[in-house]
Amino acid sequence: MSDQTPSTPKSDPQSEPQKAAEILTEELVNEAKGGKQSGEARGKSWNSGLVVPVLAIFTGLVIGGLLIIFTDLKFYEAWRQSPGAGLRAAWDILVTSYASLFTGAFGDPARIVAAIQSGDALAIRKAFYPFFESLVATTPYIFGGLSVALGFRAGVFNIGAEGQIFMGAIFAAFVGYSLTGLPMIIHLPLAILAGALGGGIWGFIPGWLKAKTGGHEVINTIMLNYIAFRVSDWLLTGPMKRPGSANPVSPSIAESAYLPKFFGDPIRFHLGFFVALFVAWLVYWFLFKTKWGFELRSVGANPHAAKYAGMTVSLTTILAMTLSGALAGLAGANEVLGVNHNLAMAFSSGYGFDSIALALLGKSHPGGVVLAALLFGTLRNGATNMQLKAGIPIDIISILQAVILVFIAAPAIIRTIYRLRQPSVEEQALAIGSWGGK
Amino acid sequence: MSTTALRREIELVSPTRQRVMGALFLLAGIAIWWFFGMAVKDGAITKFGMTPGGMQATMPDLKLPSETTLNILAAACVFIGAFQLVRAGGFGKRTNQILGLVAGIFVFAFLVYAAAGKSLNLAGLLNTTLSKAVPLTLGALSGIICERAGIINIGIEGMMLMGAMVGALVGSLTGSLWIGLLAAILSGALLGWVLGVLSIRYKINQIISGTAINIFATGMTSFISALFLQRNEALNNPGTFKAWEIPVLSQTPLLGPILFDNNIFVYSMFALLVILQVGLFYTRWGLRHRAVGEHPRAADTLGINVIRTRYIASLLGGMVAGFAGGYFTLGSVGRFDEVMTAGRGFIALAAMIFGNWMPFGALGAGLLFGFADSLASKLAILGIKIPSQFLLMAPYLATMIILAGVVGRGQAPAAEGEPYEKEG
Repeated sequence: MSDQTPSTPKSDPQSEPQKAAEILTEELVNEAKGGKQSGEARGKSWNSGLVVPVLAIFTGLVIGGLLIIFTDLKFYEAWRQSPGAGLRAAWDILVTSYASLFTGAFGDPARIVAAIQSGDALAIRKAFYPFFESLVATTPYIFGGLSVALGFRAGVFNIGAEGQIFMGAIFAAFVGYSLTGLPMIIHLPLAILAGALGGGIWGFIPGWLKAKTGGHEVINTIMLNYIAFRVSDWLLTGPMKRPGSANPVSPSIAESAYLPKFFGDPIRFHLGFFVALFVAWLVYWFLFKTKWGFELRSVGANPHAAKYAGMTVSLTTILAMTLSGALAGLAGANEVLGVNHNLAMAFSSGYGFDSIALALLGKSHPGGVVLAALLFGTLRNGATNMQLKAGIPIDIISILQAVILVFIAAPAIIRTIYRLRQPSVEEQALAIGSWGGK
Repeated sequence: MSTTALRREIELVSPTRQRVMGALFLLAGIAIWWFFGMAVKDGAITKFGMTPGGMQATMPDLKLPSETTLNILAAACVFIGAFQLVRAGGFGKRTNQILGLVAGIFVFAFLVYAAAGKSLNLAGLLNTTLSKAVPLTLGALSGIICERAGIINIGIEGMMLMGAMVGALVGSLTGSLWIGLLAAILSGALLGWVLGVLSIRYKINQIISGTAINIFATGMTSFISALFLQRNEALNNPGTFKAWEIPVLSQTPLLGPILFDNNIFVYSMFALLVILQVGLFYTRWGLRHRAVGEHPRAADTLGINVIRTRYIASLLGGMVAGFAGGYFTLGSVGRFDEVMTAGRGFIALAAMIFGNWMPFGALGAGLLFGFADSLASKLAILGIKIPSQFLLMAPYLATMIILAGVVGRGQAPAAEGEPYEKEG
């Protein structure tokens, strides 16, 4: 916080809220500008803002690689023969694994070139499939990351993304299959909004509980996750079950509610990606260009000062949780309308917790979240191939995420490992403050 | 201290609360009479088995005439409700206990209704309740140890999972259950140490460090499991601890076989409950431990090493959570399945809050959740029309209601979640 001399006498009753508002404004403006620094220092801090995440990811990949090597029996067999053979085996294992990660995430360059040269449309699509599939995997992460990031900005922990995704999917699927005969221009936005509504309701509940009763949103959102799971279980084996099917799956949604795909099979890339980018821009605009966004960030940065400045903390909390839930609900809608075209049990695999890591990696900024989502989506897609080709269980992604998460949350570790310059006091204050403490 | 006592007095005797509670009790009575009493066929008899399945009968079955019993129970609730509404201040300080009593009556009435004309093994139900409560209570104890010193431990789920996997793996490798259990405890301690380092040294927000531990543990255990445990049965076959029967006490009717014929995990849970209750509230160590969680600055000025206390707390908490994890593989199933804790670490946190950060409160909460869990499966067997999913939701809904302050606000340790900065 900057030190400023009060310009109005303390006895003046108007001065308290005014002072608080001034303090808040200054804090937020500083945060936006990257700290009170000279131009050159600001450039340095932008650099260092990027250095730690990049190093964190790199170190994470290194640790992942080490883990892969040391859990591969081939390495130990080769090592028994000779250390040289062992190192060669280690290198082989590493290359196979990460190569399959790469080709799974982006596609095989040789195959792409060959397909383009051959001119066969199907071959080209198959060659580009991994790249576009990464984008498909990225989309729900964008929504999830935005959801958690918005919450962080307001000082709330939304661990309930998982449940909100389910509720969003349920609502979107319901609108998708129960309304027929509507043109896509009406049906699709309606279904998307339904998804946002479902998630929003599921976010509203813990938000209201926190505002009115003080119940900690971490526990409430986790409880709601399990409740949402049970609700969808009941719905899919009962009211929403597809007639004539033995599996817990909903009827297929009408084609007018599909998020259109851009290319033919097998590429699944659909409009949802651009919807996500648009929503990310919307969130940015809301947070940084509107009055409500300012209030939200103020409450997150310093609830007491915000209260003195006349903002209602409880209302903002409720709004933040509801919006956060709506964003997560969009992730669910996206999966239903763009990828699966129906609702099935447990279609979401741990997006909730991944989103937390995402939001932190992206420093709770929509732009950062999109980049982080691209990273995670690409990694997840590539890891599927890594599991197929190199036999590495896909759970290595979770290990990687946890490691990266820790490094991002505690930059001091990275700095110690790589002997980086310790940050100035201002930078430290900025970093600790950006996810709003408890 | 006096302010807290005063606040509790006012909170419990507020007129709105009194009226709401009274109305609730009346409603419970009416519901029992209308939904259960009227729905039961005339002359139906509810049979409650009083011996857990597979054990020597120590007590004959309890046979109750369904409709009469239900009417009596309904009348009781109505009477209690009337008392609450009419008498000034209702039940006053005892309102919470009476709420528990009415809830218990309601559940018992539900059982009478559900098993009307059929039979339900009540003792078996209580037995499974205890089994299901063990990991929840142990997890909650782990949370209590950490939070009483000011460290929020969201990572209980991850620690339990790691303990489960390590216990299964080491138990299979060494062929010894005890070494497996020790390994489980140590793995929990390791994760607890990580939590401590992240939260104390690097001052990361404790919810984030706990979440990181969860993500890591889920990934690591599934990774190791997929690579080794699922492929090689010899690595995933530790066996389970046998039950030890305590000779005389296990013959007592109803409670005997339930309480005194269990494996080491249940007995350890009871022991830990007593140790923690006594340790935290009747020893000097406990006082210092709690002081660090309530007002670390003051504790520091009195010479208590806040940092060391918190490290020890996270280590101990991790050990208990690892032990709890060992229950899943070495005490219950006998093999490791991916993500087998299924969120019980989080329910344990809820149980801790529900139990107001007290060991025996955590036991009560754990039993409640365990009861709801075992009830769901029993009712599915009885063919009750309520979808099982709703019954499975009950513990989570109960937690949210509790958190919302229906049973009065709990008192979290005042300084929990805040990293401690040594000044000067």
